[in-house]
Amino acid sequence: MNIMNQAKFDKIDPIALKEEREKSLRTVSDQNGEHMIVNLGPQHPSTHGTLHNILELNGETVVKATPVIGYLHTGFEKLGEHLDYHQFITVTDRMNYLSSMNNNIGFAIAVEELAEVEVPPRAQLLRVILSEMSRIGDHLACVGLQAMDVGAFSVFLWCWKWREKMYDIFEHTTGARLTTSFARIGGLAKDIPEGFEQMATEFVENVARVLDETELMISRNRIFIDRSQGIGILEKEIACSYGVTGPVLRASGVPYDVRKAHPYSGYETFDFEIPTEPDGDSYARYKLRLAEMRQSLRIIQQGMERLPDVQGPVIADDFKMVLPPKDNVYNNMEELIHHFKIVMRTHGPKIPVREFYSSTEVPNGELGWYIISDGGMFPYRIRTRSPSFYNYQVFPYMLEGHMIPDVPAILSTLNVIAGELDR
Amino acid sequence: MGLETLLAEKLKDTVLLSKMDAVINWGRSNSLWPAPFGTACCAIEMMSLFANKYDLARFGAEVLRFSPRQADLMLVSGRISIKMMPVLSTIWRQMPEPKWCISMGACACSGGMFNTYTLVQGVDQFIPVDVYIPGCPPRPEVVLDALMEIQKKVRGEKLLDRLHGE
Amino acid sequence: MQEPTNDMVLNLLQETFNDRILKTEVVRNQLQIEVIGTHVYELIKFLKDDERCDFSYLVDIGGVDFLKNGDGPERFGVIYILQNMNNYLRIIIRTYISEEDLEIDSLTPLYLAANWAEREVYDMFGISFKGHPDLRRILMPDDYEGHPLRKDYPLQGRGERENFSRYEYYEPSKV
Repeated sequence: MNIMNQAKFDKIDPIALKEEREKSLRTVSDQNGEHMIVNLGPQHPSTHGTLHNILELNGETVVKATPVIGYLHTGFEKLGEHLDYHQFITVTDRMNYLSSMNNNIGFAIAVEELAEVEVPPRAQLLRVILSEMSRIGDHLACVGLQAMDVGAFSVFLWCWKWREKMYDIFEHTTGARLTTSFARIGGLAKDIPEGFEQMATEFVENVARVLDETELMISRNRIFIDRSQGIGILEKEIACSYGVTGPVLRASGVPYDVRKAHPYSGYETFDFEIPTEPDGDSYARYKLRLAEMRQSLRIIQQGMERLPDVQGPVIADDFKMVLPPKDNVYNNMEELIHHFKIVMRTHGPKIPVREFYSSTEVPNGELGWYIISDGGMFPYRIRTRSPSFYNYQVFPYMLEGHMIPDVPAILSTLNVIAGELDR
Repeated sequence: MGLETLLAEKLKDTVLLSKMDAVINWGRSNSLWPAPFGTACCAIEMMSLFANKYDLARFGAEVLRFSPRQADLMLVSGRISIKMMPVLSTIWRQMPEPKWCISMGACACSGGMFNTYTLVQGVDQFIPVDVYIPGCPPRPEVVLDALMEIQKKVRGEKLLDRLHGE
Repeated sequence: MQEPTNDMVLNLLQETFNDRILKTEVVRNQLQIEVIGTHVYELIKFLKDDERCDFSYLVDIGGVDFLKNGDGPERFGVIYILQNMNNYLRIIIRTYISEEDLEIDSLTPLYLAANWAEREVYDMFGISFKGHPDLRRILMPDDYEGHPLRKDYPLQGRGERENFSRYEYYEPSKV
């Protein structure tokens, strides 16, 4: 297994550590007497959506935080039992709207693993390129918002400019800016259009420049450092016990990335590293996102180099399971029959009776799907392991003991997406 | 010599004559202060709207007020669950008159693709909506168009109507 | 130290728990085992504390309702996914709970992550977790009736979305 460096865990009991810290905070507050309870959210500019925290304050210091979630509960898992596998892809977009491409591809991979569908190499390569672009877009938004929450507005504008360019590429490719619904089970909806290569090359060059600029602007900025260094420290033992994944976990020094640990879509053939930061504070998470974007740029570059050599279809030809390409459906009798067989309620794709858990690395962490198939057209149960749900659970721990202005500054580094948190 | 010429001669440029309605509505329509109620996907498109490419400041509506007491245009963007609806209606009631509301995206207008147990099937059941924007999510251009519709509506209002209650 | 593999974990579990394990299978290199609900805490504690297994990472907890499927011995199931953080081996543990006795041991003494995950299972299926410090609804409002992910619960709900308390604040004192 190709793991660069393993995290060394000390023999600390994370639960005891957490309780000890909570106890010390409580005793301090008890001596001083009265507390104040402040509701942060659910509608507050710095809560990034619909998060609600009930903060118990001792002066300016947070002694206890109780997150209340569920304000955006949509019933995705229930809806999944009433839609077939192909239809559910459109729903996955709305789950994480900051990087919907990753969610589409993640779900398609989960169904492919469940039903053992082989994906053609060109589709795999394109999936890697598109999901890395989406990852960059997500991290750009996150870094921009993190800077905005501590007062640096122009970083947000610079980052958002290149997120807009990502939208342009996606719009050119998929027809939609945000909710792309581009992945299909067994491949992609269609091949990339003309001009994609040029746009991608331009994107890679310019994002690299924006990253440099951002680093110049805030990496050594006194205010930014004061607001982020040593703030919201998360120890790796606690992070692992809380099930934290993604950049938040890697910023605590654990090199766990699904792309390396359980490779999919041919990630094992790409040359990239898993950056880690030892400190586990807000600054480490910012540095880590920048480093990760540079790695994503490397992956896109390698992918674009390979792209001319990898030709062929972008969807598997297993039409008992996979929707045939639209052009053929309109012009071809056989494909039309296949299409109807898949779409019609009484037929549908044949998926073996089994349960399977598979996961992909989305920008926030590990997005897992536990799908139970009863052999029918509809999934019997789709359980989503969403990264934000587990990442946000650790938020009170990071918060307690800090001042009130640190609350948004820590929250934005977690990059919690409410749609995914509440599902 | 008509009255207009006489007035122009006597008063020169110091006085501008107009209808009260027109002046106030002109001011209101060009300085709408939105209270963004962003919950889901549409909130991301709304962020694009305020960022550099689409730049809502061109329409005088760039002053985001997160406190409802300072805002007069509510932008409901995203799906609203039954847990969130009391919050939304509370915020709506906290906004001072005159106020307008844009329901952005299919979910806010009608529940959209989520016909599930937890989602409110259209916020217009609970708060009055002036402009509906279709789309999942709508492009920022459409939101600009909706803002212009609101401006048009504001310019056509009569102050006394609002005073006596419509 | 030797890294755990599917076979090794399977052998260890069969040695220690032999007849308490109902079924084992390996689906596409993923080890899935079924145990009786009353033994799940013991089994997961063994998997976590044993140095050879060292499943120190709880990936997910999910609930299932087997009402229509009917292939489970009982109506409800709970699924645990664990992971070893050294070679990233995953194991899936399934248990069954009968409809009459909707209770299972909580994993909160072992993993901090179990807190919210179990609250969600409680919220969605009504399965209660023995020993959980803070078992409240997490996603639905506190006054919500019913457990939405049960199979006999309709997708559009039972009229909750028309008849909810629309002007009620979320009182912080309730928490």
